[in-house]
Amino acid sequence: MSSGIRDKVAILGMGCSRFGERWDMGAEELMVESFTEALGDAGIDRKQIQAAWLGSCMDEVNVGKSALPASIALRLNNIPVTRVENYCATGTEAFRGAVYAVASGACDIALAIGVEKLKDTGYGGLPGLDGGSLPPLWWPNLSAPGVFAQVASAYMSRYKVPRDVLKRALAEISAKSHANGAKNPKAHLRNPVSCDTIMASPMIAEPLGLFDCCGVSDGSAAAIVTTPEIAKSLGKHPDQMVTVKALQLALSNGSEGGYNDWDGSYIHTTRVAAQRAYAEAGIKKPRDEISMFEVHDCFSITELVTMEDLALSSDGGAIKDVMDGFYSADGKIPCQIDGGLKCFGHPIGASGIRMVYEMYLQLLGRAGERQLKNPRYGLTHNLGGFPHQNVVGISIVGRYQ
Amino acid sequence: MIGITSYGAYVPRLRLSRAAAAQANAWANPGLLAQARGERSMANWDEDSLTMAVEAARDALAGRSTDGIGAIYFGSSTHPFADRQNAGLVAAALDLPESIGSCDLSGAQKAGTAALIAALDRVAAGGAGEALVVVGEHRRARPGSAQELQYGDAAAAFTIGGSAVIAEFLGGHSVSVDFVDHYRGTGQEFDYIWEERWLRDEAFQKWVPAAVNAALEKLGIDPGAIDHFVLAEPVAKLSALVAKRCGIAETVIADSLLGVVGHAGAAHAPLMLASVLQKAQPGQTIVVVGFGQGCDVLAFRTTATLGELPTRSGVAGSLKRRKEERNYPKFLSFNETVSLEKGLRGEANPQTALSAMYRNRRMLFGLVGGSCTKCGTAQFPPADICVNPSCHHQGPMQPYRFADEAAQIKTWSADWLTYTPDPPAHYGMVEFQRGGRFVADITDWDLGKVEVGQPVRMVFRVRGRDAQRGMVRYFWKAAPLAGAGEN
Repeated sequence: MSSGIRDKVAILGMGCSRFGERWDMGAEELMVESFTEALGDAGIDRKQIQAAWLGSCMDEVNVGKSALPASIALRLNNIPVTRVENYCATGTEAFRGAVYAVASGACDIALAIGVEKLKDTGYGGLPGLDGGSLPPLWWPNLSAPGVFAQVASAYMSRYKVPRDVLKRALAEISAKSHANGAKNPKAHLRNPVSCDTIMASPMIAEPLGLFDCCGVSDGSAAAIVTTPEIAKSLGKHPDQMVTVKALQLALSNGSEGGYNDWDGSYIHTTRVAAQRAYAEAGIKKPRDEISMFEVHDCFSITELVTMEDLALSSDGGAIKDVMDGFYSADGKIPCQIDGGLKCFGHPIGASGIRMVYEMYLQLLGRAGERQLKNPRYGLTHNLGGFPHQNVVGISIVGRYQ
Repeated sequence: MIGITSYGAYVPRLRLSRAAAAQANAWANPGLLAQARGERSMANWDEDSLTMAVEAARDALAGRSTDGIGAIYFGSSTHPFADRQNAGLVAAALDLPESIGSCDLSGAQKAGTAALIAALDRVAAGGAGEALVVVGEHRRARPGSAQELQYGDAAAAFTIGGSAVIAEFLGGHSVSVDFVDHYRGTGQEFDYIWEERWLRDEAFQKWVPAAVNAALEKLGIDPGAIDHFVLAEPVAKLSALVAKRCGIAETVIADSLLGVVGHAGAAHAPLMLASVLQKAQPGQTIVVVGFGQGCDVLAFRTTATLGELPTRSGVAGSLKRRKEERNYPKFLSFNETVSLEKGLRGEANPQTALSAMYRNRRMLFGLVGGSCTKCGTAQFPPADICVNPSCHHQGPMQPYRFADEAAQIKTWSADWLTYTPDPPAHYGMVEFQRGGRFVADITDWDLGKVEVGQPVRMVFRVRGRDAQRGMVRYFWKAAPLAGAGEN
């Protein structure tokens, strides 16, 4: 029986670039920006890093294939560097590689860095998905909003929610993230927006409008991890140490997309990964024990159903919780306190690590204007792919002691 | 006895208002307003002669076995491929066995009747127990031309065999005359057309009636005994000239369908024949004339079996499934006679992996998935390991065709972001009643009328066109079933 990852790995340092339309920078410079901050935060020399994982998703733009761009841009010491890609859950995948390497004892200090340079396409939204030789022969020309909008149709059908009621709740979700993002100097979108503006925004994919969609951003985030013992030996006080409590990944196996059971109104893999993560972290009542969380709000509807998939809201109950402000900055469990994908932005390969970055800052009391009071556990939820076949990465981090 | 054993037809749902089209161009050519009556059929952007032929064939084959079919003939002057057999692709879409003969007939407007003759000859010679004939035409015309108003898009299909014959083949007569009323050179986009008076006076008052007379004499058919005279006249009223010169009563001239469909080229005479068969009584004599650099004259006599044929959509059903289109620029765009802005997302154009297409041809063209030999779960795409989470049995599956399975929309969206020639792109999870689901394109939708739970029918359509390499990619889409938004 495995003992899980709980408290085996500590975060030694983290960094995150400013997210946004970084016309001034390529992926290489973005990596240097987050890496420099992480290295300074960890208080180590780059030569002490023994292995690294690079998360990057979109080959079509960004850095291309292989982990070489990270090894070269960061002038790493000829160490093993591995590139990982798992759709939009790529960042968490890179983090998982570094964390597992340290937990296994294979290395003492490891780096996870995620980067995405999206604004080299010439158009809004993500590049098209034309991977493989067979899928382009039969898949529709899916867009990200188009596939996540599917969840809205199923949710309205299952819970008999009128379209305007759903639209209103989705607007609340986006408005909350805009309010939070306005307080984050590194966020892509820093403007508060009213629900009326959100609901009146141009239609992208029925029923999602422009303001139901997250920012398409350039950015990078990095984490340097080690064992709590080594962290202590490097001068980190146990009170000021954040450790990984759980790290789980769940992938679809084709059943949602091919077997007539799933009704489309939730993300099956989020439910699987969440239950595993709670068990790994020893969390019994997430609604009472989780202090804050960053979820994969690629679209407002994704955030809504994720509240239920993480068992924080009851099935069909997320709309009420959202309307009650349960997940607002001053609510019981603040969600997307850094602005989320919606406003911090969504540079694919960096997002999973960016979420951990915010939890890390909050746990150490370093979140500035948006600092929450005495948080205990922070959860990150990173989702890649489509509602009917996807990759979900969940991490739970908390203070070591 | 050899003859027609079944028939089917397909007319696309969209009908372009001739008035809308004529008015758009009247500033340049006020003469078009004289033709601004009625409507013409208009292929959706994802339809072509081949997809329409598949639909007509499905109509002809509905509810019956395809086991005896040993050959397929596809007549058209607008085959999507000049060198890749179109008939074979139709056969694949129908999931016919690969042990059949197949042939494309083209090059003239009489390619439709030529396909019928080829099939009749093959069955008569014992070369096939039954043969399938499909005809389809997607006629493009230069914007602002009269042909744009006159042409139409449609398809028809017939099975030819020696038992359960509904219309016995009495015989035929053909003439080949290099009479060029119009032509389309290889590689040319549009027809080049000579004046109608030439067509009327020289062909329809001279050698066409002569050929019909010769045929009737040869077959010993009394012109007065003809019940249905089918002549696909390129422009109105020419049939009457021929009938008059052949002693055929004006009352037996079959509905030209020009007012509601337009002229569907090589498919038109067969389309009219299918329309006649839907109305005909047993024991009636039908004479069909296919015109185009000569003519084919074919005579049939309906049998008692005609009355026993199960009902089908046919021409009447297709005409009822109708949606008026008054947006002339949309018609131009669907026919690619104007090039509208596609946006940068429209530039993506991956190569088609021919080897992957071949390996998966039954999946892609036949919509054949698998049925688990252990738990019976129907699934798409086919896989080695069963998708049922409580089964996961590994082993070869039973091939399972989804094309005719009842299905409904489980989830959907209308996507304005992704590229499609007809925004917003509709797609969603399509769930089959007897098991199986996949995310499919939705076509023939009405904006604002798509909903969860809506029943759909799977249809074979163009998934995308690769203009750079000349490839047309086909796959199946979900079409909401008749009802919503239709007149």
